[in-house]
Amino acid sequence: MLKFTCPACRIEACESELVNGGEAHLTRSGPGDSDEMFERYLFMRKNPKGVHFERWRHAMGCGKWFIAARHTATLEVFGTYPAQAHEPPADVIAAIKSRYPAWEGFK
Amino acid sequence: MSEARLHTPLGGAGFKGYVSFTEVAPTGMIALRGDLANATVAEAVEAATGQGMPAARRIEGGLDGGAAWASPDELLLFVPQAEAAERTAALAEALATQHALVADVSDMRAAFTLKGAHLRDMLAKLTPADLSPETLPSGEFRRTHLGQIAAAFWFEAEETAHLICFRSVADYAFDLLKEASEPGGEVGYFSI
Repeated sequence: MLKFTCPACRIEACESELVNGGEAHLTRSGPGDSDEMFERYLFMRKNPKGVHFERWRHAMGCGKWFIAARHTATLEVFGTYPAQAHEPPADVIAAIKSRYPAWEGFK
Repeated sequence: MSEARLHTPLGGAGFKGYVSFTEVAPTGMIALRGDLANATVAEAVEAATGQGMPAARRIEGGLDGGAAWASPDELLLFVPQAEAAERTAALAEALATQHALVADVSDMRAAFTLKGAHLRDMLAKLTPADLSPETLPSGEFRRTHLGQIAAAFWFEAEETAHLICFRSVADYAFDLLKEASEPGGEVGYFSI
């Protein structure tokens, strides 16, 4: 079972209380951008077997969005942080690097 | 009495199993969204419910006058049903200059009071929430799901809890609670 600690209410919520919102840290493209950039924003996803950043919503709870860093194959959770963050906080990066030194970063 | 019965979705239905529960009389509920750290908001909450601002995940007071923390910017207030409209108006007036939302949601939910020694075990059959007394002490307002529906509950004392869910799914909640409370279904994990 996948469990995340919601950064808004600090409840350790199990997967059934949460709703997945897809990949996090997407670069938004809109009017004025090239078709390729818009296509990348709309359709292209990493889908890695490894460390992944995802948006989740504590739907059956406080209702807030947050971002979770987890490993898609082992289901290890490295940390969660508010959805307003533009990049992962240092402690989450450190947790990933200590476990997977070869990890190439979130970009 | 008959008028009060008309207002609750299940007409005050109850069940006696190893946990007993009844649907409670109509209760006034007010949803409040705003900056919970703001002193004006705290004063308005106290004026409406007689209770102070609850800490994160907590409830101050109870069904007859209470303030429950629903999210970092949201409270659910409990007031006597007859005064709900009046207090909603007073709250809205007090928060007129704030970036806040006040809504009378008295008809939105069904509420149950549950009693029994095996209460934690019974609820643990229905929800993924951690029901250990350390994680969920009295006064902790836990929003989660019960079977397939959203619900919230809190322990007033070790053997008394209150539960709220949406009115439209009150039947489903009742059936779930009834099934889980049937005599012979005691688990004995949290209470022996």
